[in-house]
Amino acid sequence: MQDDDDLKEKGSGLSRRSFLKVSGISLSVPLVIGHRVIKVAGADVKVYGPAKVPIQLTINGKTSTVNVEPRVTLLDALRNDLDITGAKRVCDRATCGACTMIVDGKPVYSCSVLAIEAQGKQITTVEGLLQGDKLHPIQQAFIDNDAQQCGFCTPGFVVASKAFLDKNPSPTADQIKEGLGGNLCRCGTYMGVRAAVAQTAQKGGPRNG
Amino acid sequence: MRGFEYANPTTKEQAVALLGSSWGDAEVLAGGTDLLSLMKDDVVHPKRLVNIKDIAEFGGIRSSKSGLRIGATVTIQELIDNAQVAREYPALVGAARGITSPQLRSRGTVGGDLTQRPRCWYYRAGFGLLARANPSEEGGESLVLHGDNRYHAILGNSGPAYFVNPSSLAPALIAYGASVRVYGSKGSRDVAAEKFFVLPQSDNDREYDLKPGEIVTEIIVPAQAGVKSATYEVRQKEALDWPLAAASVALKVSGGKVTSARIVMGHVAPTPWRAAAAEQALAGKTINEQVAQAAGEAAVSGAKSLGRNAYKIQLARVAVKRAILEAARGGAR
Amino acid sequence: MAEYKWPDADKRTFIGKRISRIDGPQKVSGRAKYSFDINRPGMLFGRIVRSPHAHARVKSIDTSAAESMPGVKAIHVMAEPGKPTAELNWVGASVVALAAVDEPTAEDAMRAIKVEYEVLPHLVVDTDPKMAGEYARPANENKLGDPDKGFSEAEVTVEGMYGLPVITHCCLEPHGSVMEWEGDQNVLAHLSTQAVTPSVAAIARPLEIPATNVRVQQDHVGGGFGSKFGPDEWDITAARLSKKAGGKPVKMFNDREAELMVAGARPSAYARVKVGLKKDGTITAWESQSWASGGLGSGGSPPLPYIFNIPNQRRQHTAIVNHIGSARAWRAPSHPQGCAITMAALEDAAAAIGMDPHDFFLKNIEMTGQRARIYEDEMKIAADLIGWKSNWHPRGDEGAGPVKRGLGLSIHTWGGQGHPSDCDLIIQPDGSVELKMGTQDLGTGTRTALNIVVADTLGLPMDKVKISIGDSRFPPSQGSGGSTTIGGVSASSRRASLDALDQIFAKAAPALDAKPEDLEAAGGVIRVKSNPAKSLTWAQACSKLGVTPITVRGKNPGPGKLTDQGVGGVQMADVSVDIETGIVRINKIVAVQDCGLIIDLKTAESQVYGALIMGVCYALYEEKIMDAKTGRMLNPNMEFYKLAGIGDIGDLVVHMMTGKGYDERGVIGLGEPPVVSPGAVISNAVANAIGVRVPTLPLTPDRVLAALEQKGGK
Repeated sequence: MQDDDDLKEKGSGLSRRSFLKVSGISLSVPLVIGHRVIKVAGADVKVYGPAKVPIQLTINGKTSTVNVEPRVTLLDALRNDLDITGAKRVCDRATCGACTMIVDGKPVYSCSVLAIEAQGKQITTVEGLLQGDKLHPIQQAFIDNDAQQCGFCTPGFVVASKAFLDKNPSPTADQIKEGLGGNLCRCGTYMGVRAAVAQTAQKGGPRNG
Repeated sequence: MRGFEYANPTTKEQAVALLGSSWGDAEVLAGGTDLLSLMKDDVVHPKRLVNIKDIAEFGGIRSSKSGLRIGATVTIQELIDNAQVAREYPALVGAARGITSPQLRSRGTVGGDLTQRPRCWYYRAGFGLLARANPSEEGGESLVLHGDNRYHAILGNSGPAYFVNPSSLAPALIAYGASVRVYGSKGSRDVAAEKFFVLPQSDNDREYDLKPGEIVTEIIVPAQAGVKSATYEVRQKEALDWPLAAASVALKVSGGKVTSARIVMGHVAPTPWRAAAAEQALAGKTINEQVAQAAGEAAVSGAKSLGRNAYKIQLARVAVKRAILEAARGGAR
Repeated sequence: MAEYKWPDADKRTFIGKRISRIDGPQKVSGRAKYSFDINRPGMLFGRIVRSPHAHARVKSIDTSAAESMPGVKAIHVMAEPGKPTAELNWVGASVVALAAVDEPTAEDAMRAIKVEYEVLPHLVVDTDPKMAGEYARPANENKLGDPDKGFSEAEVTVEGMYGLPVITHCCLEPHGSVMEWEGDQNVLAHLSTQAVTPSVAAIARPLEIPATNVRVQQDHVGGGFGSKFGPDEWDITAARLSKKAGGKPVKMFNDREAELMVAGARPSAYARVKVGLKKDGTITAWESQSWASGGLGSGGSPPLPYIFNIPNQRRQHTAIVNHIGSARAWRAPSHPQGCAITMAALEDAAAAIGMDPHDFFLKNIEMTGQRARIYEDEMKIAADLIGWKSNWHPRGDEGAGPVKRGLGLSIHTWGGQGHPSDCDLIIQPDGSVELKMGTQDLGTGTRTALNIVVADTLGLPMDKVKISIGDSRFPPSQGSGGSTTIGGVSASSRRASLDALDQIFAKAAPALDAKPEDLEAAGGVIRVKSNPAKSLTWAQACSKLGVTPITVRGKNPGPGKLTDQGVGGVQMADVSVDIETGIVRINKIVAVQDCGLIIDLKTAESQVYGALIMGVCYALYEEKIMDAKTGRMLNPNMEFYKLAGIGDIGDLVVHMMTGKGYDERGVIGLGEPPVVSPGAVISNAVANAIGVRVPTLPLTPDRVLAALEQKGGK
């Protein structure tokens, strides 16, 4: 249960009410790096932002820190702040799949994940599929089957295909169509993608029908 | 997207305290697949996001003799992957499978599916929930009526809202007689899923029965012993696409005759739409093509076109018919 | 002197084979850097405040609040009150641009800018020319032969209405650039473009600096399809912002909404058509009243009738100028529209006399002129691949159940002559080889094709040749449009390679005790043709250059017949239509296409697959949906601007016409032709399936059900 006291901030003297009156523009100016602790429902809860906060991201096994506002997406943090640009910003609305990353083993649209939410999670991007300079089998299969033209959707498709094959090592043709329904290509590379996924499935783990 | 502050509570009490007491103060962040898009489009601009994914009790699927309990932050993928749900609640899993994107499935949540906002293109373009030419003006005619309403409501469309409810799962949950558990500063309350969706009267209303500061915490689905069920969605694309019409059906059949039927349509009205006339049309009947067809007809008997969406009446009719036939084919548990 | 021709089939090592694209490893690993991926030290992020009105005049702009924001580094007014630029002619038109230290700050600054508009009347719909009023610009009637006589000779007259709405390019990499000044006189432009070389002048002119001071760089481009031929106003603006910010690089790329609203549209086309024919299938006359919109400029009029030079014609076209954003070239400009309208009208005519359209097209094939024989050959192959004779049925699948199946066909043409293209081929004394050319690879495989041509000609493995493109400092090459690139770049690089070989032969000849003309390059050696055992390795031969590399300029056009124009293609589609839902599913599409000599069969086939898929998109899904009242585009996102996904395209079969009769023509472009017919074949297949024409694309459930309803129940 809450009462007004619960909403008082510790330390800062600013009440939540007055904070909410602060205009949108001044909110965005990076004032503070760090977080505040406020007491709600008898517990101390950290509140981050709206100014920039340090965010630790574990990307392809390596941990990096970025200072960004909570509103920055995982995709934008990687592209703009860490120069990891394999994932692309295309629809920016969780529709096209060009930004696909694997977070804790699951494929996600990184345009619709906040960077701050992704802390403490294992993030894999298309760059992380390489083993040294060696291409992952699905990457090689994309080349073999020309599953790319302009290549802008390709990183998202490669990552989505990897996640799909991890879950479905021996897919049927119909499963491939359903399993990659979250990615769009404009040049029209789907025939190649189908063949690439099928090729990798055959090469990869046991086919248990 | 405008700036906001972010909090990561670990209990529902904290979450509710962080949410504040009016819409616009804060929003609940679960999968984020809709909320962040709304914020990028500047349709909603909360000053705080409250991430509820770290609240353990909001997760998990529990199954018992009395039914199913699905946590609000259970993902669509978890629902699909749950063998028991797939076996016993085919209409629900059928609806979940209609979301043909693994990325959305692994991120989108059950609670988020129910509380996502309408896809009405006037609303998303900033004309407000009721899509009036001048959103700041009270009253005034909706842009939907004289604009492009090809994806808008064919039922329950006498205003002031004309959008369609976008939830994939709601029709199935309503067909199963599920309820939605809501938690707020006054504690928990259960709302029948059928009553959870409401018709907004102003741009500031929500289209579901949540007050500011309340959170959907779980969904309770009664056991469906002897029930045959299915969902049929009419989607233009195989790849990720919104249904143009959908229907979920739950039937009890005894001695080859329907003893009870619940039929709920999706994507046809501002709320999921219970088709009582179609349910009556099935009562006591043996399911066949003609009977299902008649139920489809009954389901859309009150439908009306807004100008560009007459075709959706036909799609809704077919969705009901096919869902009934598919349910009848499926084995009862 | 070298003889400028392509090698005979038995002498080709790589040409015409299935070769994987050489930049594949970069693309699949995320290492490929597109202009949108460029991050530069100190880079600012640009944003544009855009018009919410379809037609308006800017009355005032207040940027003071934005200016006072600490992270905002430059503001540039694009629509100046009181000046002609103040008139805005579509939703999304540029008003004010700004650059800030990061994207969030730039977005906040946009919201802080206050613009007052005087709203003016607009028109954004184009389905009915009568509604266009003053915006309709009718052109004079065109006549060919004697249309009255043609129709009087006709035994059957068939009338119909056909159309295609405006669609957008929806390049996945949005339009934009990273612009920066080096000092106050030099600009480095990382542009997303189909035209690296020509962009230099187009950037220099408005910035009033010499073209020599502009450098355009681009390694990869994420789609263009005809919409990326120059710097856009926002690119020039990015350069202006950069200058105002002391030369700091400014990244300015459209968000998806702007990309779909303002960065290109394919004009619509609608027509009422009357076809006169005899009962034996002979077409005697054509009449069409067409209209089209492509924004404020003219959309161009579709070529009607398409391909079939019907002897007696009467044609009239009306351009509708409206407030939807400017039209841009879209893959085979005007051809898909002309084709969809014509082939549908002709298929309707065949149906009216109960004739198989396959036979009907062949009956009239001489009207297609010089490519009649090619079409005949291609029709045979396509018909076999789709099983036309066994699967075709007269209009209306009579089978049980709601799912009806049908077949459709169409034919198309395109030019594809190689464009002007220069290159430098550099051979170092150590044997390393580099080709430099100011061209670009749109994903068509230009890099790979260049590598194939040079390696094949010099007798080297492909990885011994370095291909450098995408920089305006390299020799000039025209923009990639109209299927002109492959002919231009392959001819130019072939000439350079042959000329370079002449020089190598001259240097190597004494060591081999032979005459230069007796030598050949193959398998990594320079050898005597009559005695292949007498040879120098490539490196040994190049060492004869001493210390100076040779640089050979290759050109197109140039001597010898290396490129040609004029191709024909035939496509056939097999579709299923659920007549209870109006949903169309593609079962199979067959494309048979010629394009002269193929450099890389793998990427050539990919072009055709891609064109078919793009065709499925515009046949079934794509439409720039405009709201009459607000003037807004209602679907400026990828949820409702629908594109086919991986499960929506059916099975695609591509057959390339190669070998004798084709190879000797030389290289011809392929990007456009296969995208011309898909709208027509799918529309025709749907008509065959359900027994009635769905008049306008895309073939969405509402349109299909409406057509069925008009047909009357069945």
